[in-house]
Amino acid sequence: MAELLAQHVSVYYGTNRVLEDVCLDIDERTVTALIGPSGCGKSTFLRLFNRMNDFIPDFRLEGEILIHDANIYAPDADVEELRKQVGMVFQQPNPFPKSVYDNVTYGLVLQGERTKAVLDAAVEKALRQAALWDEVKDHLHKSALALSGGQQQRLCIARALAIAPHTLLMDEPASALDPIATAKIEELVQELKKDYTILIVTHNMQQAKRVSDKTAFFNFGRLIEYGDTPAFFEQPQQEQTRNYLNGHFG
Amino acid sequence: MRSAARNRLVDRAFRWVGLLATLVSLLLLALFLADILHAGVGRLSWAFLRGLPSRFPERAGIYAALLGTVWIGAITALVAVPVGLAAAVYLEEYGAKSRWAALVEINISNLAGVPSIIYGLLGLEVFVRFWHLGASVLAAGCTLALLILPILIVTTREALKAVPHTLREASYALGATRWQTTWHQVLPAASGGILTGLILALARAVGETAPLVVIGVLAYVPFAPAGPLDEFSALPVQIFNWIARPQKAFGADAAAAIIVLLIITFGLNGGAIYLRQRWRQRLP
Repeated sequence: MAELLAQHVSVYYGTNRVLEDVCLDIDERTVTALIGPSGCGKSTFLRLFNRMNDFIPDFRLEGEILIHDANIYAPDADVEELRKQVGMVFQQPNPFPKSVYDNVTYGLVLQGERTKAVLDAAVEKALRQAALWDEVKDHLHKSALALSGGQQQRLCIARALAIAPHTLLMDEPASALDPIATAKIEELVQELKKDYTILIVTHNMQQAKRVSDKTAFFNFGRLIEYGDTPAFFEQPQQEQTRNYLNGHFG
Repeated sequence: MRSAARNRLVDRAFRWVGLLATLVSLLLLALFLADILHAGVGRLSWAFLRGLPSRFPERAGIYAALLGTVWIGAITALVAVPVGLAAAVYLEEYGAKSRWAALVEINISNLAGVPSIIYGLLGLEVFVRFWHLGASVLAAGCTLALLILPILIVTTREALKAVPHTLREASYALGATRWQTTWHQVLPAASGGILTGLILALARAVGETAPLVVIGVLAYVPFAPAGPLDEFSALPVQIFNWIARPQKAFGADAAAAIIVLLIITFGLNGGAIYLRQRWRQRLP
């Protein structure tokens, strides 16, 4: 069953067309990598699923984005509820300038959760899921800004997971991190896919190969090819895909 | 002269010119301070601070004026902060980049430049007469609040602008509404800058004389205000009044009062600068 569905989606910023007629279906509890050269529209496509593009002036969508068969751009759609179901991790780690504990509980506090026992349990669960618990369990009330880059990013993942979304959107989550931190994030994605549907934008083809079940290649706003990752990398069907994978352009 | 050598000469020359310009300004300030201290430090004493105005310069004190200034400062802050904060938050977080918003922005900057005596006239008509507040601390506080509102809105907006957009994004991505994001993330992150702007604006307000004179703030008030609707005095007006007196001895009183006002102003400004330093270090 398709969890996320894009049907003939085109995106415009004013008169500038950024995505053209994209059709993509994503199954639950899979990891899908979105790859392509800079400016190809993969980040824009990612942000369609939690309506973060709404903040960009002159944003216009044609086509439909369905999550669990519901059109999330319907006029009566509840945007805040959508964002609680579809979480996001950004390229640059962006923890709040508060304690580790307050970062993770923020989403729950927004929803009115006040009980300390509930919050404590949620914090431990989220930090364990993000493979950060052991490193911070004795420092929960220290500032999040004191953590290393890799730890901050895992904190952002924990923060997103704390409100139990069904999908996680990751926009080049490891591109600002060193190789060791990157490896930790990739390991994490493999673990998380047991419980969450994950869409990950990456500049790094090898990362896509390592981490994803399916890969989608975008170029100049069009979806060029989409398939199971092993086959996609072994035998790309489209010439553009072959050229990109062989490094003829970046 | 070859061009390279001339460039070097101009460079060296400006270094001296700049240094001279800075020193001249500092020198004038230092001379002023020295003069005031010389004239007034002899009159500074607990008796002076606790005393009330008098016909006799040796017995005059600034107790009523000092308390009046404190009252005004408090009321100005109480009135200006909620209005200024709400306006700045609205303009920065909710206002679209429309032409209307640009118009409002230009007008706020214009208001910041309006001479303070005009605010005094406004305060006289609206607060003293129309609202029947009389020449009270409340009327003065409201008037000065209006005076500093434009500056407050501008500095608060600057503080809000300095909060990185990534912070707001992170909050929205967790399902927060615009208000929740503003309340839980943006305002706390901007609080240092907002406070700094507020203290600087207040420091200006307590030193304003023209609006208070227009409102009818008295300089011979032999009692301290007990409530916001009482008539009162204030430091700048007291200074003004003493300087206007023919007896030269009042000059010493005025100088002493100026020293007190300077201590308050420097204290507030110094506090604002210290806060700004600490705040700069804390933002990511």
